[in-house]
Amino acid sequence: MVATATLIPGFADPVFDAQSSFRAAMDALSRPGTIQQIGCPLTPPKGLSAASAALMLTLCDYDTPVYLSAALAQGAVPGWLGFHAGAKVTSDKSNSAFAFFDKSSPLPAFSQFSQGTQDYPDRSTTIVLEVASLEGGARLSLSGPGIKGANEISPVGLPATFLDQWRANRALFPRGIDLILTCGNRLIGLPRTVNIKALEV
Amino acid sequence: MTALADYNFAYLDEQTKRMIRRAILKAIAIPGYQVPFASREMPMPYGWGTGGVQVTAAILGPHDVLKVIDQGADDTTNAVSIRAFFQKVADVAVTTKTSEATIIQTRHRIPEETLGENQVLVYQVPIPEPLRFLEPRETETRQMHALEEYGLMHVKLYEDIARHGRIATTYAYPVKVAGRYVMDPSPTPKFDNPKMNQSAALQLFGAGREKRIYAVPPYTDVVSLDFEDHPFEVQTFEKPCALCGARHVYLDEVVLDDKGGRMFVCSDTDYCETRREEGQRGEMLADMKEAAE
Repeated sequence: MVATATLIPGFADPVFDAQSSFRAAMDALSRPGTIQQIGCPLTPPKGLSAASAALMLTLCDYDTPVYLSAALAQGAVPGWLGFHAGAKVTSDKSNSAFAFFDKSSPLPAFSQFSQGTQDYPDRSTTIVLEVASLEGGARLSLSGPGIKGANEISPVGLPATFLDQWRANRALFPRGIDLILTCGNRLIGLPRTVNIKALEV
Repeated sequence: MTALADYNFAYLDEQTKRMIRRAILKAIAIPGYQVPFASREMPMPYGWGTGGVQVTAAILGPHDVLKVIDQGADDTTNAVSIRAFFQKVADVAVTTKTSEATIIQTRHRIPEETLGENQVLVYQVPIPEPLRFLEPRETETRQMHALEEYGLMHVKLYEDIARHGRIATTYAYPVKVAGRYVMDPSPTPKFDNPKMNQSAALQLFGAGREKRIYAVPPYTDVVSLDFEDHPFEVQTFEKPCALCGARHVYLDEVVLDDKGGRMFVCSDTDYCETRREEGQRGEMLADMKEAAE
């Protein structure tokens, strides 16, 4: 039987909630390392952080194939995303405009996603990754466009190979994926331009 | 309740806003790269800032304060009509004060006042491709950007020097963004180019007819192209503003009569008015006051 029991609501006010969520995402990506907050209340489907859910409703629609991590693809998310955003879920990472990961699913290599082409570097995947925390982990130093001097983040729950993967991603510029880290209703943007270095503790 | 159906907030439908917002995020991630987008018909002709209007409409919220300038002025046709447009379709607060605005849409100038981190500057762009007048084929210019092949632009600047003894390009002066993409800063006077470099404000560019959006994130290197022996330099003016006495600002020439009389005044009207309110007096303003007495 098809589950018809409960439909989880989306934005209470689709126009203004999407606008404020977009501004949070725009600020996050134009000022990498700053922690931005989703201002509107949103009850996300199980397994999804409020910030990831808000980004889904803000940015995804029938034009954007969405890849979901295994855990998210099995839950209520595909139906919720389809109903509120009209977005199609794809299992093809290299053809996805957005990819969403919950905090327990392993993050595949960035190279499996769309990197864009040298002619059209904008045709790449934006990965939204939920982490255990945006603060309190190993300190990482950020530099690059959007950052005055250097900035510092300390997310908890990044994969062990993250820095190597990011370095390879950075070397592809102007190609490469963009990354948004979320936790609860907060987010950090890491566009492909940012240089990330581990700080010695 | 009104019986008539209303426009959606800020005129554009939500799907269009999402499409533009996605393009803006990509543009921020690839500074200086022109992201293609499905530009819509707007209720104003191409050339009136439809690109800038669409970018503004996509980012604008109910708490924003909007300022619109046209060649530095808040009170010229283009600025007035775009400001009225957003008052009508978004009921947004507007201002002419640079420091009070959170979003500044501009045609061909950057305000004299230094912009802050809480501000976004939206440019109206006619021809986004800096290489277009050198190479008309989109397929070719796209490849030139892909291969970072910008020799042609330097040849153009060199030919300026060969012909005029100096780089004669005075507006839409090409810049290199974050060491990678050569970008057209839109037809701003080259006087404004240094303000783009390491600006605290996010800069977004919208070209409606040409269907491109590009961006310069805050604190990003924006370098005007030049040669070691012909370094980039901005326009200088012999006299200060005739109304407020400001130096080191961009001045407009105003013809006063048919006998060669002319005055030079600030192109940035808000900057000029603020200075006059503070009691600064240019030479012609002082004259007028004496004449009145």
